[in-house]
Amino acid sequence: MNAMVMPWVEICTLGDIPARGCRVVQTERGQIAVFRTAEDEVFALDNRCPHKGGPLSEGIVHGRQVTCPLHNWVIGLADGEAQGADKGSVRRYPVRREGARVFLNIRSNGKEEGTS
Amino acid sequence: MASEAKQRLVVVGNGMAPGRALERLFEAAPDAYEVTIFNAEPRVNYDRIMLSPVLSGEKSFEEIVIHGDGWYVKHGVTLYKGARVTVIDRAAHTVTAEFVATGNLGHTPLEPTVTVPYDKLIIGTGSNPIILPVPGHDLPGVLTYRDLDDVEAMLLAAQGGRGNAVVIGGGLLGLEAAAGLKEQGMDVTVLHLMPTLMERQLDPAAGHLLQRAIEARGIKVITRANTKAIVGQGKVEVVELDNGTRLPATLVVMAVGIRPNMQLAKEAGLTVNRGVVVDATMRTSDPDIFALGECAEADGQVFGLVAPLYEMANVAAAQLAGDGETHFRSSATATKLKVTGINLYSAGDFAEAKDREEIVLRDATRGQYRRLVLKDNRVIGAVMYGDTADGPWFFDLLKRSVDVGDMRERLIFGQSFAAGGIPLDPAAAVAALPDDAEICGCNGVCKGKITGAIAGLGLKSLDEVRAHTKASASCGSCTGLVEQLLKAQLGETYNPAAVQPMCGCTELGHDEVRRLIVAKALKSIPELMQELEWKTSCGCAKCRPALNYYLLCNWPGEYLDDSQSRFINERVHANIQKDGTFSVVPRMWGGQTSAKELRAIADIVERYDIPTVKVTGGQRIDMLGVKKQDLPKVWADLSAAGMVSGHAYAKGLRTVKTCVGTDWCRFGTQDSTGLGVKLEKFMWGSWTPAKVKMAVSGCPRNCAEATCKDIGVVCVESGYDIHFAGAAGLDIKGTELLGHVATEEEAIEAIAALAQLYREQGRYLERIYKWARRVGLETIRQQVMQDGERRRALYDRFVFSQKFAQNDPWAERAKGKDAHEFRPVANLALRAAE
Repeated sequence: MNAMVMPWVEICTLGDIPARGCRVVQTERGQIAVFRTAEDEVFALDNRCPHKGGPLSEGIVHGRQVTCPLHNWVIGLADGEAQGADKGSVRRYPVRREGARVFLNIRSNGKEEGTS
Repeated sequence: MASEAKQRLVVVGNGMAPGRALERLFEAAPDAYEVTIFNAEPRVNYDRIMLSPVLSGEKSFEEIVIHGDGWYVKHGVTLYKGARVTVIDRAAHTVTAEFVATGNLGHTPLEPTVTVPYDKLIIGTGSNPIILPVPGHDLPGVLTYRDLDDVEAMLLAAQGGRGNAVVIGGGLLGLEAAAGLKEQGMDVTVLHLMPTLMERQLDPAAGHLLQRAIEARGIKVITRANTKAIVGQGKVEVVELDNGTRLPATLVVMAVGIRPNMQLAKEAGLTVNRGVVVDATMRTSDPDIFALGECAEADGQVFGLVAPLYEMANVAAAQLAGDGETHFRSSATATKLKVTGINLYSAGDFAEAKDREEIVLRDATRGQYRRLVLKDNRVIGAVMYGDTADGPWFFDLLKRSVDVGDMRERLIFGQSFAAGGIPLDPAAAVAALPDDAEICGCNGVCKGKITGAIAGLGLKSLDEVRAHTKASASCGSCTGLVEQLLKAQLGETYNPAAVQPMCGCTELGHDEVRRLIVAKALKSIPELMQELEWKTSCGCAKCRPALNYYLLCNWPGEYLDDSQSRFINERVHANIQKDGTFSVVPRMWGGQTSAKELRAIADIVERYDIPTVKVTGGQRIDMLGVKKQDLPKVWADLSAAGMVSGHAYAKGLRTVKTCVGTDWCRFGTQDSTGLGVKLEKFMWGSWTPAKVKMAVSGCPRNCAEATCKDIGVVCVESGYDIHFAGAAGLDIKGTELLGHVATEEEAIEAIAALAQLYREQGRYLERIYKWARRVGLETIRQQVMQDGERRRALYDRFVFSQKFAQNDPWAERAKGKDAHEFRPVANLALRAAE
């Protein structure tokens, strides 16, 4: 895939994602989990827990964190880092909102600052 | 002293004041007296201040007992329960009592009366509630609010929740009674003679705020209401006011005041006035006889609040212990209303007068009101509504008569601001209090005494502080302050948790949260977090599922399940596996299946390419490795074959395992399969604190392994042995016997009642065996097997909640519910390919 072709892609509206919930975006390289917090912030992470690959999209979203459904690792949505004593990080993707429309940039290597 | 014969001390009345006097006496002179107590009530000493939480259902009687039976034994006290003293013979130095309430004693005394000699006598007869002498005041259904018997009578009247209660009197007790009856589900009207509520403790502005808060709970308030008559045929039916208003009533509570009970003292020839007259040593006109508590008149006053009554107790105890120096001095008192969710504090004198100034702070939208009355730059009265945290500080300024000239401009904002500069955090605010600042108004405990006890005795917990100093041991409203003191003194080593908090989002434990859900009628997670001051914006993965369950359990039919607060398994009604696929287990009632079901399962396994099919330990079939997006289709196909969710993923009823019983087995004693199917059809869909696995065995050979289940039944020739609290997982534990019943109907009723009790008391994720270990097997047996009324009520609540629980989640989702859960929101792989 040519990165120049798809910088920002409109994926859904805010209403498609439940508050304190998550939806999955399927890509060629796997799934990206797009989270919406109670405050309507949107974040995107690879849908794989750094611990044992659990689907983060199925976890409980609280504050700016998600708890993995498999073994309760808590991952920060903004930085992709495991919280507390656990060590590990998940790849992040920039997300942008224009009103209710949600755009995702999958070209990012995760080191760029996300705009949300 | 020890070698001499002990003196005989007789106490008439077993209320809080004499109880406190004895406590102090045993501390000061443990061996001086041989004590006998006569209590007209058939029970031990309990905290009358806490009757309101008992009425509202927030506490049980056991929780408000001050001295359990063991205390009397330990101190060698002879306690006559249900014995009313009728005569004090001062010449002979004896008292004579009649037994009044033999029904509750469990035995009938041999003699109808008993006479006991005394060297010293304490009269603590308390007070009687005032009964308005209106026509009909003696009809059945007219109650007062004074002791546990009154509370029990009210609870009885409130049973079933319907009915109209009219509370006459809008003072402290009347309002607490009204709130309690409302909690019990009655329609409540408060009648108050004066224009505003609690006019003796509150000024009109605060009275109005209070009225608004009371009305917001659905309690009607009628002020300037003059009761003319209570009308009814054989029982109360209507309360009539002098303006012609007629209020329907099934229960009338009179809470218009109290009158010292001094009949006995009067008949004994002691000096009485408004109460039994005592001097500053608490002695009556007979130097061998003391009087204290609400019956006593000291310094020309009678008292109804606990602080001065305890002060009287301290003085009497000191005098009896030989300390002649301690004298009674009445002082200002502070009042709080014990209605959960309404914060009210008043102290001192706040009537308007020429030489007085006042400072008022109002914030109507936040429901805040503060008023300070000053005289010569000193606080003489304080009324606070809403945020009352500064109450003790103002009260301290008042009692010490501090010149507040320097901080007058900021005074009304409270302690943190009055000192100038940045607001103090609560711990610093407490640390800034002087040593003689009163922390606990009920028990008159100052800061220095608490910090001294923490340091001197090495106290580490709130309970220890309560045990040693009594601080926060009565109404409990200063608990926060005492905890701050512990924190300030012990630093990080202070662990506020004898109660384990639910999680890092709160200091409250599971039981506290459940209690407050009921008491404050909290009906949603955001409301609960707001009201209980959650520390995080929307909880965490530990508390949210627990709160969701508690709310669901407490408000069946009302609470809207929050799927975002459920673990993934319960959100998508399947069990997540290590690779992110799911397993699907349909219900097989009692472990029975059929060719049709098996054929449908076989077809589904092939159609969706399901990699593994396995028989579970609970007599059903598990299809493992189903892809998430296939789940709705798999369910639709299962539904079409008549199968429903087995809830194999739920904190709820899982399986009911059975053996073949009398259908086939030559040893079977009852239809165990049939009972198992009935139980499963009745109980499926119910949410519980943790999973519930059941089994029914047809005979004691127990092929269904019922005796290691959460709830199990073992059939015998004479009926059904019901078992519970087994485990065969992390822990291995055989069940305990709950009881034996003769019929299937009885078995089903007892099992549903047991499940409901567990649903209401179990902490989230606490299995039945752990719950039973925590609360005690005996209390569970008592409530489910012995107490028929309780069992029936539990059963009814279970049935009611099942009305809303028995919807097959698979059929709903096959039809499109929560469709977003099962498919990606976008597929960029496809888009890229286009």
